[in-house]
This record gives sequence, structure tokens and C-alpha cells, in this order.
Amino acid sequence: MRVTGKGLIDRSTPVSFTFDGRRYDGFAGDSVASALLANDVRLMARSFKYHRPRGVMGAGSEEANALITVGRGSEQDPNVRATVQEVFQELEVFSQNRFPSLEWDLLALNDLAAPFLGAGFYYKTFMWPKSFWERVYEPVIRRAAGLGALSGQGNTDRYEKAFAFCDLLVIGAGPAGLSAARAAARAGADVILADEDSLMGGRLNSETHEIDGMPGAEWAAQAVAELAQMDNVHLMPRTTVTGAYDQGTFGALERVAHHRPRGQAPRECFWRIVAQRSVLATGAIERPVAFRNNDRPGIMTAGAVRSYLNRYGVAPGRATTIFANNDDAHRTARDLVEAGMHVAAVIDSRLEAPDGQGYPVIKGAQVCDTAGRKGLESVTYRATSGEEKIKTDCLAMSGGWNPSVHLSCHMNGRPVWDEAVQAFLPAPGAVPGMRMAGACNGVFSTHGAFVQGAEAAVAALSDLGITTEVGETPEAEDAPYRLQPLWAVPGKGRAWLDFQNDVTVKDVTLAATENFRSVEHMKRYTTQGMAPDQGRNSNVAALAVLADATGRGIAETGTTTFRPPFSPVPVAAMGAGAQGRGFAPERFTTSHKASVERGAPMIEAGLWYRPSYFPAPGETSWRQSCDREVNMVRSAVGVCDVSTLGKIDIQGEDAPAFLDLVYTNMFSTLKVGRTRYGLMLREDGHVMDDGTTARLGQTHYVMTTTTAAAGPVMRHLEYVHQCLRSEWDVRLASVTEQWAQFAVAGPKSRELLNSILDETIDGERWPFMACGAVRVQGVEGRLFRISFSGEHAYEVAVPARYGDSLFRLLLARAGALGGGPYGMEALNVLRIEKGFITHSEIHGRVTADDIGMGRMVSAKKDCIGKTMSERPGLSGPEREQLVGLKPVGTVRQLTAGAHLFNAGDPAERAYGQGYVTSVGFSPTLESYLALAFLKNGRARHGEEIRMVDQLRGITARCEVCHPVFHDPEGEKTRG
Amino acid sequence: MRITCPICGERDRREFYYVGDAVLLERPDPEAGEAAWDDYLHNRDNPAGDTRDLWSHEGGCGAWVVVTRNTVTHEVLATELASDVAADLREARP
Repeated sequence: MRVTGKGLIDRSTPVSFTFDGRRYDGFAGDSVASALLANDVRLMARSFKYHRPRGVMGAGSEEANALITVGRGSEQDPNVRATVQEVFQELEVFSQNRFPSLEWDLLALNDLAAPFLGAGFYYKTFMWPKSFWERVYEPVIRRAAGLGALSGQGNTDRYEKAFAFCDLLVIGAGPAGLSAARAAARAGADVILADEDSLMGGRLNSETHEIDGMPGAEWAAQAVAELAQMDNVHLMPRTTVTGAYDQGTFGALERVAHHRPRGQAPRECFWRIVAQRSVLATGAIERPVAFRNNDRPGIMTAGAVRSYLNRYGVAPGRATTIFANNDDAHRTARDLVEAGMHVAAVIDSRLEAPDGQGYPVIKGAQVCDTAGRKGLESVTYRATSGEEKIKTDCLAMSGGWNPSVHLSCHMNGRPVWDEAVQAFLPAPGAVPGMRMAGACNGVFSTHGAFVQGAEAAVAALSDLGITTEVGETPEAEDAPYRLQPLWAVPGKGRAWLDFQNDVTVKDVTLAATENFRSVEHMKRYTTQGMAPDQGRNSNVAALAVLADATGRGIAETGTTTFRPPFSPVPVAAMGAGAQGRGFAPERFTTSHKASVERGAPMIEAGLWYRPSYFPAPGETSWRQSCDREVNMVRSAVGVCDVSTLGKIDIQGEDAPAFLDLVYTNMFSTLKVGRTRYGLMLREDGHVMDDGTTARLGQTHYVMTTTTAAAGPVMRHLEYVHQCLRSEWDVRLASVTEQWAQFAVAGPKSRELLNSILDETIDGERWPFMACGAVRVQGVEGRLFRISFSGEHAYEVAVPARYGDSLFRLLLARAGALGGGPYGMEALNVLRIEKGFITHSEIHGRVTADDIGMGRMVSAKKDCIGKTMSERPGLSGPEREQLVGLKPVGTVRQLTAGAHLFNAGDPAERAYGQGYVTSVGFSPTLESYLALAFLKNGRARHGEEIRMVDQLRGITARCEVCHPVFHDPEGEKTRG
Repeated sequence: MRITCPICGERDRREFYYVGDAVLLERPDPEAGEAAWDDYLHNRDNPAGDTRDLWSHEGGCGAWVVVTRNTVTHEVLATELASDVAADLREARP
């Protein structure tokens, strides 16, 4: 019910929203929880396991009970805390984990079965019979327990990620955080102040304290306003700092648009903030007390009741009872009475409790039971004189406060138990550069928070060489924190510790009885602390109960590990932008547009896109196009963009020696104007990459790598230079994207080139493997007479800006000669016909000897990988060696990935003779051809072998042959 | 994680490519024998404490960097250009 004259909500802006389809009214500034309470709705959720009716327990992000689903369809967002969701016009929210409705939930039967559903239930039940695992246990039992559900539709929302840098990150904008941010900002430091609430000020917005003679909320608003107009301050409301990482890096989730109707803005933004120093001012979370039936709607923390009253102008009940073990909770009674509300009683577990100010205080008593199925109706307390029942519809409980130490533990820090405040405090220095201030550091008075905040900021700035002073501390309450520990009220029945995962005191003691005595074991056995709130409300109380059950102290029992994130972060926000085309960068060649215009399907080659084939009119399958393109290259001329191959420019006096070191064969002896095929090993003696390298000048080479290995080879060359031969005069530059390079292959390749080159070429001046500068239509280019097809072929390169026009020109001229473009499919067939290898063959586990290139490892010099390639076992007949395969049986199809077996042997792993790496249909030889690795393969040419593809169910008889199927003497290439 | 490149300054670790132990700078002589090559290529310590490894500032200037860091605290204690470290190793060689 609304309380007149109270609250920071904007009563001039009414909003209406729906909950489970019913319309409710609230005001701007309300949360869903406060607006529902204002409408006297107490039942908001069903619990995880027992489907118990639940209301709201807190007023902040730690809320354990009131989880709701926001929106519907693809916009559906489950497990949103009703205390965090701000209301706006036309907001639609739904209760979850109930059937058919929140009021009448059939699965509440679980509550009656509670005696069988205790700790370790899954472990004990999901054992036998085996046939029940998938048919009964999984679908039925597990479905009964749960949270909200996703819609199953694709998420159409937009998310964002961003980066920020600052001198000082202040986490939390309560009194300590505001004090720290103000001190640092006034000293001129770059400050980021992040707070998960929509309204900065922390508890100042929920209490009635006066600061400097004005209401706390007003003081906070003024402090925030001062910071807002400073250029060196970045205020980040609705932003939860979720993790502390190495070297001052923090993750933070900003809820950008959850508080307004959908528009252009992204829903959420995941920030990576790099801060020189940080101040942890995350405050504390009030802890509940465990007693029988302490989970009914209407039972909440004492601080939450003050938040609803003072911040939202809502009284959660008409007759409120307070149950506490500390002085702080008495404020709730005072605030209620001042607001004209009825306080039934304050039940204080301490005999020394303070007296009431207009309300009765029952000292030395404990609440031991409650009644009211869908909302609290009465509580029973036990005093020395016996048990008494009080009629009440709201119970405000407080077992003290747990500092929010979580972020201080993200880098392996362990919080330290403090007897005086009966709480875990952050270990100083647990996160380098982080200082703690205020309630999260065990300082619970407002005055103390102001002082510590400013001191932390001054110390942080001093680290950065900025000298400043603490300044004047605002005048604020400085009440001592007085409490007497009380975790669980003894007695029968279920007393909840972890409300979100339905874990009770009994479960924890049962775990201890069954010898799960370590806090980590207890957690996993009972699932305490494993719900979305990650035990923020329950961890300390649970381990206090465990400590008691195992006869140890709390400090000795220790805590479980707090890991990021502090509160749930949607993967959609962390990976923002990385869906669909955003998943990986796309690299396009200069011929991309012209290829697409010709209808070529583009396929991925690493990040590159390359044409698969160029369909001609009338062709209906890729094979038709591929066969035609192969024949075209073999009989006329074909053009193919090969710009994606890595190109590395290598210059310097020591470039020849450098290439001798990285290649197995000699490059220092290569003549200027010539190109040579080179083989590169890893230091462990296996093949790394291959390609041609051209010597353009005495101290100038240009190396080509395979498309796939362009990056790794570049990195490897830089390693060899910088780490092994830094004294050498050699410089490396990747020029892959600077040059557009096209293969021109086929008997008419020279004719085609002569139609576009400024100066014609002939076989004498341009023999096989020649290279040099040419002019192409007036443009300085490069020509290489190299061949990956086995034909008389060239590669012509021009600066990338001329790539598109050269490609179009080549195609136009080729067309007149009966030629045209060819794609990856034809390129692959052409090279298989010639037995040329790709990374299908040099896949990382083969040696130079395996691919028949053992003699390319020069005996005259050292090279990377040479020593280790000479190890026994890396060459010889026991290894699988490169061979060709041709089908000879009735099955003509060969498949890559198939395995090889001797005829008569079973097709089982133990009998494996090798495997197929590349397959293509050769229109030239009118047969499928394959490259394969076969044990002692070079000595077995002419033998028959059985190819078995278990995956596709294909078995074929093959003849083992030399891997070069076409023109083995290379006459066409050289001619 | 942040690493200070000796050329570019402090950068996010995603600009760097991690390679492995900085022992990779000490390539043995071809005739050094099996044990030396085995150590160079395969045998690595796995210290709980300070370690020196090689990173490549691939998303930046391309420099190879020797990073001294602590595997327990994740502190980055020092960064040096690999080429400088290699030069020192050469000078120290007999």
C-alpha cells in the first residue's frame, strides 16, 4: 500500500504495466516489486524445488525470490529480479516456474513430498533402473524444478560492447563511493563511477538519515549532480561491475534499455574497463535469519522494508513485525512509526536490546514459526515465558549485514572472518590497486563510509602521483554496529537458508551428517549458493550452520570461492556483435565483385572468400562447371585469382642467408629473376608450409605462402629474425593485400598475356620459373612463370587497386581464346592430377620424407627443423607415404577421409594402412583420383588396396600409383 | 590482462599472441646432441611463480617480447624486446 508523502518516486508520472496479464498502476521510479507491493500483491513467484509461494525478500539486485519473466516471444527475458526491473508504460511481466498459474500451482505437490526431496536427492534417486534415466528422471523430475524459460526463438535484440579507461574506478555509488568519487574528481583524476542501481546514492536513498542537515537522498542527488557536470567524471548508473581481472581490468554490464520501451538503443552493453586504481564501495547485503517457514510472502529483510517505505513510498504491510539480532533493524520500526504505520512488535533475540520508541520491543525472544499459505498472517515467537502468536502481515527480519566482498575475491583472494562484525571482510591487497571502503569493508556507519571513501581515493591518487586531501567530511550518523550472532532458530520444520535453491538448515546438517563437511562439498551436495544469486543471501548463514554442525568455527570452516560474474551476464552481451556476419571478419579479393556478377558461389578459405566455380549457361551442377573449367585450362587458358596466398616481401643484405635458414633448400644460390619452390619445416622436423619464392634483386625476395598459413608463416619468420638472428640485416613485410595476383594457366596463357602486356614475352627470356617486372597496360606489375596446374602458366601481379580491372580485362581477352575464369573446384582437380600438395596433405603430422621431398632438405647447410627431422622414426618404410590412388573395381567413387586396408583385412583401426587426403574427379583422365598416405607407399605402386569410408558407407578397390597422374615428365609446364 | 609492449606501451593481451617459454631464444647448435634439442623443443618447467615467456605483439607493432610474469598472481613483472634479449645471449656466448 502506498504511503502518502514518502518516497522518491515521481508521482506526477503514473505508469501502468501488466503482471500475468493483469494491469497494475505504478509511478516512474518504481520497480516491479515496489509497484506490486503498492497494489497489495505479495505473491510474486514460486520457489525452485518445492514451488512454495514466495514474495519479495529484498529490494536490490540480490533478490532471491521474486524472479520474473519480462516480455514475450523472441523478446522474452527470464529470471529478471522484480526488484531491479523498473516499470514503464506497457511493460509486460510474468511469473514463472508455475503451472497452470501462480495462484494454483499443481507442482506445489512437491512441497508435500519435501521429506523425500532433501539434500542429495538427485544423487540418491537417479541411480536405477537404468531405463528410468532418460524416460522418467530427466523429463519428469528435473522439469519440476526450475526457473524461467527461454522462448526458443532467435534473439533479435541488439547488444553492444565497449571499452573504457580511467585513473580511478569507483564501484558503488553509496556514501563511500560518492565520497571517493568526489575526492578523486575534485583532484582532477579521470573517474568512472559505476552503480548497478538506476538511482545513485545507495542506502542514502533508502534511509531517513540527515547528511549536512538535509535528507540523505537529497544530499546524494546534489553530490551526483556535481559529479555529472565534471568533464573528468563518467557516471555509469544501471551498470554492474561483474568481474575483477588482471592488471586493473574490470568487466561491467550496463543495462541500457531495460527500463524503457524498445527503440534503437541496444538492450545491454558489456564494458571492459581498465582502471589504474579502483575503490570497492559495494556496500553490504542484509542477511535473513533461518527459522521455521521463514519464506512466506510478506517476510523480507528489515532494510528492504525501509527501502520500500523511504524510497518507493510503499508499506509492504499494514501491521509489521521486526525480528532482529541488532540495533540497525530498529530503524525499520522507527521509520514505520514516523510514517504513521503500525508496528506490531520488535522481537529482538538479545536480552540487552534497546527500548522501543512508540512500539513494543520483546527482548530475548526468537521467531520460531509463521503461518499463512499465500501471504503471512501471523508469526509465533518463543520467549523465556513460552510461545506467543502475533497477527502480522509483514515480517522484517535482520541477522546483520554481509559485506559484498565478491569482487575482492575474483583474483584468488579469500575473505577474512571478523569476529567484531560477525562477517567476512575483504582481504587487503587481494586485487592489486583496489582499496575497500564503507560497508563492504565492515564499516557500517554513514560517517565511517564517508571517511573511508575519501581516504581510499586520496591513497589511490597518491599512488598515481596526484596529491590531494580528504577534505571536509559531511555530517552524518555514526552509530555503532551492535549485534549478537543469530543464524538459525532451533526447532522443528524447514528453515530456509538459500531461498532461491530451496536449501534448508536440515539439508546442510544432513550434508554434514553424511560427511560432506567441507564447505565446497556441502555446497555441491545441497546446491546451496548455486542459484542465480550465487549464494549472496545465504552463503554466510549456511556455512555458520555447517560450522555449528561440524563443531568448528566459522573462520575455520571458510567460504566457497567467489568467481566472476558477480551477477548474471547474458552471453549475448559479452559476445555482442559477433553473430552472423559479425562472427568473423570477411576478406574479399579484388575480383570478388566480378566473380559474384558471374554467378560464382563464394566459399570460405580461412577469412577469405573465393569463387567455387563459374557456372556457364545450361550447367546445372558444380561438377559440370568444374569439369568444363579443368578442360578449358588443359586445352586453352584459364584465369584464377590467387591473391589470397600469403605474400611476404623480404629485403636486406642477409635475406639470402635468412631464406636458407627458414627453407630446407637453398635460396642464396637462386639467380636474380628466378623463382624456386621451397619447403619449410617446423623446428620439430615436420612440414610447416610450402610455396614459391622469387628473387627480384640481389637482396630482395618475395615469398608466397599457402592461403591458410600466411599468418603463421609471417609470425614464424619474424620469430626466426627477432629471436634467433636479430643481428642479421633483414626486413619482412606482409604484402598479401597490396598485390592482386592472377594465375593465367593453359597452352594459350602466353598468348593471353601478350595481349595485355606492354612488352611481349617469349619462351627464351621467360622460361619456366622466371620472374621479373613487367608493365601491364602501363601499370608496373610483376610476372612469375610458375604453375600449380601443370600447364604452361604464369602468375601476374599488379597493385591491388588495379586488380578488379585487370581481372575483367583478362577474362574478356581469355574469352576470345576459348578460355575463362576457373574456381577452387577446378583448381583442386588440376593440382590433384599433378600430385601437388596442399594443407590437406601437409596437415602438421607429415615429414619431408613422407611427401617424397626428403632430398629437398639440403645436406650443405643448417635449417629450421633439420636436426629434428633426422630423428629415427621420422622417415622410412614404417611411415605412411604420399601415393596416388585410382579406382579399379566396380565402385568408381573415392572419398577424402576414407581409410585404407589390405584386401582381406577387416576394416578396423588395428589394420589401418593409411588414409585418403584429397579426392577429385579428373575429366582429363575420366576417373576419380585421390592422394593418400599409405604405409611404405612408395614401394607399393601397382598394388591393390581397399578404401573404406565408414561414414558414407563406401568401399572401393584402388590401385596404388605415383601421385603425379598427369604429364609426369612436366613437359607441358616447361614447354 | 595487460602487457606493456616495449615499443607501443601498455596494451590489452588480446593484441598479443602467446608462444611459449622464452627458452625458444636459445636454439642449440645442430650438433648439440639429442638431449639439448629435446630440452629446447619439449621439456618445459611448469612453475608456480615467475616464468619467462615469448609473446608476439601481432595486433600491434609485430615485436616479439619476452614477458616475465608470475603464474600465481598474474603479475607482469617485466617486458623486454626479444631481439635485445637475443643480443645479450649472443654476447654471453663464449
